[in-house]
Parts: sequence; C-alpha cells; structure tokens
Amino acid sequence: MIVRILGEGQFRVGDEAAAKLTALDKELDAAVRNEDEAAFAASLRAAVQEVRAAGTPVGADEFVTADYILPFSDASLAEVRKLLADGTISDSIGLP
Amino acid sequence: MSVMKRVSLIFRAKADKALDKLEDPRETLDYSYKQQVEMLTRVRRGVADVATSRKRVELQMNSLQKEINKRDTQARDALSKGREDLARAALQNKGQLQAQYADLETQFAQLQDQEEKLTVASQRLDARVQAFRTRKETIKATYTAAEAQTRINEAFSGISEEMGDIGLAIQRAEDKTAQMQARAGAIDELLASGALEDHVAGGSDYIQAELDKIGAGSDVDSEIARMKGELAAGAPKQLEANANGQGGPSSATDAEPSDAAEERAGDES
Repeated sequence: MIVRILGEGQFRVGDEAAAKLTALDKELDAAVRNEDEAAFAASLRAAVQEVRAAGTPVGADEFVTADYILPFSDASLAEVRKLLADGTISDSIGLP
Repeated sequence: MSVMKRVSLIFRAKADKALDKLEDPRETLDYSYKQQVEMLTRVRRGVADVATSRKRVELQMNSLQKEINKRDTQARDALSKGREDLARAALQNKGQLQAQYADLETQFAQLQDQEEKLTVASQRLDARVQAFRTRKETIKATYTAAEAQTRINEAFSGISEEMGDIGLAIQRAEDKTAQMQARAGAIDELLASGALEDHVAGGSDYIQAELDKIGAGSDVDSEIARMKGELAAGAPKQLEANANGQGGPSSATDAEPSDAAEERAGDES
C-alpha cells in the first residue's frame, strides 16, 4: 500500500503496517468527530511514526497515487477539518 | 469514512477533474511540466522567504537580549544607590522582556523547522520534476496516442498529488512567514521607537531617568559637600580679618575683579 505523509512524500508499506494504519485511521476519524484535539494529535503521531518506521520512500521516478494520505505530522484538528472539507487544496495549486 | 482515505480521494478527485479538462494527452504532459517548473520556483522562493524571516527573528532576539542586559545593569545600579523600588521595577521589566524573548525563541525554532522541511520538499520535487521530464519524453516518443493515455494519466495523477502536497506545504510556510513578519514588524517598531520600554510595565525610561536623577543628585551633593568644606576652611580667616577691622576680602574673592578687568582689556584690544 502507498501512503503519503503531507510534507514528507510517499512511502510503500507492507500489510502489517497497513493493518495498523487502518486501525489508527479509525481513531483519527473518531477524534475528528469528537473534536478531541489530544486524541487526534496522539493518533496522528502514531500513524506518522508507523509510516516512517515501516515504510520505504517511493522513488522519484515512480508516479503513483497514494491509497492513504496522512496530514502534516504537526497538523491541528482545525487544519485537518478544513482539508477534509476540501477547503485547502486549491485547484490552481499544481493542477491545471 | 476514514480520514486518510478521504484525503487521498480529495487529491485524486482534483487530478481527475484537471485531466478531464484537457483533451490532447500530450498537451497534458507539457502543461503539467510547465506547472511543475513554476512550482519549483515558488518552493525555492518560499525557502528563501522563511530563511529571511528566521534571520530577522534572530536579529530581534539579539536586540532584546541587549535590552534584558540593560535592565540587569539598571537593577544593580539602583540597588547600589539604595533604590530598591527602582531595582524591582527594572527586574520586573526584565522579566517581561524575557517572556518576549522566549516567544521569539519559539518562533525561531518553528521557522527553522519550516525551513528544513521545505528545503527537503524542494529537493524531492526537483527530483520528481526531472523524472517527469524524462517520462514525458519517453511517453511521447514510444506510444501511440491511445496507448499513451493510460500512462499519461498515471504520471499526471502521481505528480499532481506531489504538487498538491507541496502546494499545501508552501501555503503553510507562507502563512507562517506572513504571521511572523507582522509580529516582527511590530517588535522592530517598538525596539526602534523605544516604545518597548514604555510598553513594558511602567517603562524603563522612567527607571533610567530616576537613576540619572540620583546620579546627578549625588554629583550635586558631593559638590555641595566640597564647597561647604572650602567655606569652612576659609571662614575663620574671614572672621579674623573682619575682626581686625580691615574688612578685606579673602584671596579667592580678591582674584575675581582683576580677572574681570583682564577680560575687558582683552575685549578692547
């Protein structure tokens, strides 16, 4: 599975890490729903660390899209909420 | 739906939307490449901007440190002159400046972090753009229009995600830099106008003025003491002279009229 951490690029992770990430993703989702900043930060940190530790960076000449995209490692809940609302990624940024 | 999946779908939707708009696949490659090169320029400028901001904060930290040292000297000065109230005011002032310094320190660390991340991102994009250029030429040369479409879509979507990512990273850096610049501008103004001193608790201008007053006051005191001493030494002689009925002035006052006469003579010539 390909996972991107915003600001850090893409990583290829194995099944074991993918399973952990799927579990962490549920925690992230719950934290966003509950507006629990602390839980969100903890889950995000755990997910980012998992990807960094278990993943191998995707080569520069490999053009693939990620299955999962993690927010910036220090992103706030508000920032992610905005990202999910599609209010952050500009159509003009890098996309014709 | 999950957070990570949703974000990836948002990115993909953006890329798909862009792809739909473009009709000629080969044109897509050239267009995208042009955008990537522009993005690279923007990232590099972003790195430079963050570095400038970081340096500015560093300069301000130096200025603030000087102010902090000044308060320290003032406090010692005040204590040595027995003015504990002024020493307290100076130290209170110092504490507030130190809080401001700590704030700048945090900002400095954030900017440094931002700069490092953006530098790495810029290198990553650079490598990707080089690779994309090669891929673009290969696709153009090797495949028929129909075959090329799939490969172009892959390459385009892949690079679009990278561009979207880096675009967000720059946006963050730009926001941070703008925020810092506004704050830095305010502190610069305060430092330049000396208003920082007034701005912070009662003002150290007051402290310095009081200390100067004490300084000037003690000068006056020592002058008075010296004069009193001189007068005390000269007084018995004067009394003695008066007692002898001569009424003659002391030698010190004697000199004055002759000095004045000499001056007048000098003016005339």
